Amino acid sequence: MTTPYQQPGAAMGAYTSPIPVRAAHLGDALASEWTKIRSVRSTMWTLGVMILLMLVVGLGIAALVAAADANGEMGNEPVLGLGVFGALIGCICVITLGSLTVTSEFGTGMIRTTLTACPSRSRVLTAKSLVFFGLAFVTTLVTTAFVALCQVAILDGREPATEEWLLSTVGSSLFIALLGLASLGMGAVIRHSAGTITVMLGIMLMPLVAGFFMLGSAALSDVSEFLLGYSIPAQLIGVYGEAAGSGPAGWASVLVMLGVAGVSLGSAFVVINRRDV
Amino acid sequence: MIEAVGLTKRYGAKTAVYNLSFQVRPGAVTGFLGPNGAGKSTTMRMVLGLDRPTEGRVTIGGLPYRQLPNAPRQVGALLDAKAVHGGRTARNHLLSLAQLAGIPARRVDEVLGVVGLHDVAKRRSGGFSLGMGQRLGIAAALLGDPQVLLFDEPVNGLDPEGILWVRNLMKQLAAEGRTVFVSSHLMSEMALTADHLIVIGRGQLMADMSVQDFIAHNSASFARVRTPETEPQQREKLSAALSEAGGQVMPEQDGALRVTGLALPRISDLAHEADVRLWELSPHQASLEEAYMRMTQGAVDYRSTEDQKAGLMQPQPPGYAPPQPQIPDVPQQGWYAPPPPAPGENPYATAPPATPPADAAHTDQIKPEDSR
Repeated sequence: MTTPYQQPGAAMGAYTSPIPVRAAHLGDALASEWTKIRSVRSTMWTLGVMILLMLVVGLGIAALVAAADANGEMGNEPVLGLGVFGALIGCICVITLGSLTVTSEFGTGMIRTTLTACPSRSRVLTAKSLVFFGLAFVTTLVTTAFVALCQVAILDGREPATEEWLLSTVGSSLFIALLGLASLGMGAVIRHSAGTITVMLGIMLMPLVAGFFMLGSAALSDVSEFLLGYSIPAQLIGVYGEAAGSGPAGWASVLVMLGVAGVSLGSAFVVINRRDV
Repeated sequence: MIEAVGLTKRYGAKTAVYNLSFQVRPGAVTGFLGPNGAGKSTTMRMVLGLDRPTEGRVTIGGLPYRQLPNAPRQVGALLDAKAVHGGRTARNHLLSLAQLAGIPARRVDEVLGVVGLHDVAKRRSGGFSLGMGQRLGIAAALLGDPQVLLFDEPVNGLDPEGILWVRNLMKQLAAEGRTVFVSSHLMSEMALTADHLIVIGRGQLMADMSVQDFIAHNSASFARVRTPETEPQQREKLSAALSEAGGQVMPEQDGALRVTGLALPRISDLAHEADVRLWELSPHQASLEEAYMRMTQGAVDYRSTEDQKAGLMQPQPPGYAPPQPQIPDVPQQGWYAPPPPAPGENPYATAPPATPPADAAHTDQIKPEDSR
């Protein structure tokens, strides 16, 4: 009871905690979010399934190509382009994980406990985004790099250029992780797991489907070309080198996805600071 | 200290909390009471900055929660025992909260010990019972060793031992000079725990006073008088005599009379003068529960109506009502609509024994044939 006041707000009560008080910062929030993301099964499952599928699909396709062509030659085609099939599957898993990272807090009510422990909502969302992005990026980077190395080893093709190596590993991993970040932002806006995942899968697949249906109509050819070129699968294929029609390719695709993630997260920051939780 | 001034919260057309002003002082357990839907949880969320008040403000130590420096070290809260991610272990749940607040990790094991969850620290909280969930929530509230503590319905789902533990914990925390704000709809629990009461109904302040004052202000004492059941005319006679002498007489369900406004010796004298024998003449002080019910009866949002079984049941004769303490206040008898007269009703039939719910449907099916 003779302990001197340690806190600015100590005048509010007679009790003063013997545990030294220190101001929490973003680093604490990052540690907390890391604890959260590593301690739920959904993280293990989504990332585990993603790694498994990317390995199976990537190596399986390389083996199929090798079997179809007795010499295992792909001529002038870039070998690394085969990685796109695994990456497409990776997208779906990362969308799921990105949504769950934030919507599971809203769904369980944990968000109230979290925001009581840290009233700065922006700090919580920043920490969540950084931890998720880091985890998704590193996991996809390691997997895509491993698959790319295996594919180059299995198949004899043109020796890939450094630029191609970078795009098919760092580029595609950035693209996938940014897509996950976009669904994290969407999750903070929608606050419902199933709803968020549905919306994100719709955003990913609907333009492609709609674009294909519009192909027959001459009047809609511009719209169709835009939808096909800028649909997320087309852009991902673009990251691996081949632009679909007028759509972006290479690093431009990654930049487009950066913009999408930016808009999604930006609206999440606006909304989370305004709404009641 | 928590201070609310003119706190108002509207959700669309519905006003959850209206113009609420109160203070919660340190060194005492302050009970926050109200019927379901009265706005207790909404108020608590506004205190914690989770919901933004439509009007008014609420501060802790002079600052709104979201502007408090080191908020989790100053305020701890249990809002909802189920507000945890079920897939996470108890220890990891608390660890993530401790890290977020900049609290050393070894504090997690301390609070796990305090709430008695040490043995299940490595288990996923999704498998916890409601009582264990409450303990985990209390652990989270205690994590920052804060000066201000808020608990929303902390004893829900706890076993008697747990309830006793929470009761003592609250008192101990308050004795250490902390501000303890506990919401409950269980008046009987608050009577044992709280020093001060804040009662709200339909989002408005109904009382803000000490427990003793609350009882004194809201419970009227009365006398229960019982005349021989064999002679109903004696009861009428006494009723008339007491009313004439200025007392208010209200019949109770079991045939006794509830008399206010007359002292016990006076009632006895009047009965003697009227030549009426008494089987019972006893003083009664309404309990805190009754005082609370009396105060909030106008502000109950979710009121049950009697399950009338669509008039298929035989009526229950007077005297069937459960024994004394459960007898509701006389004004409360208007709570329930009288059962509509059923065709083929036999007013002289004896009441069927209380049927367990499993048999109720069965009874319903048989009854109409019986009365035909």
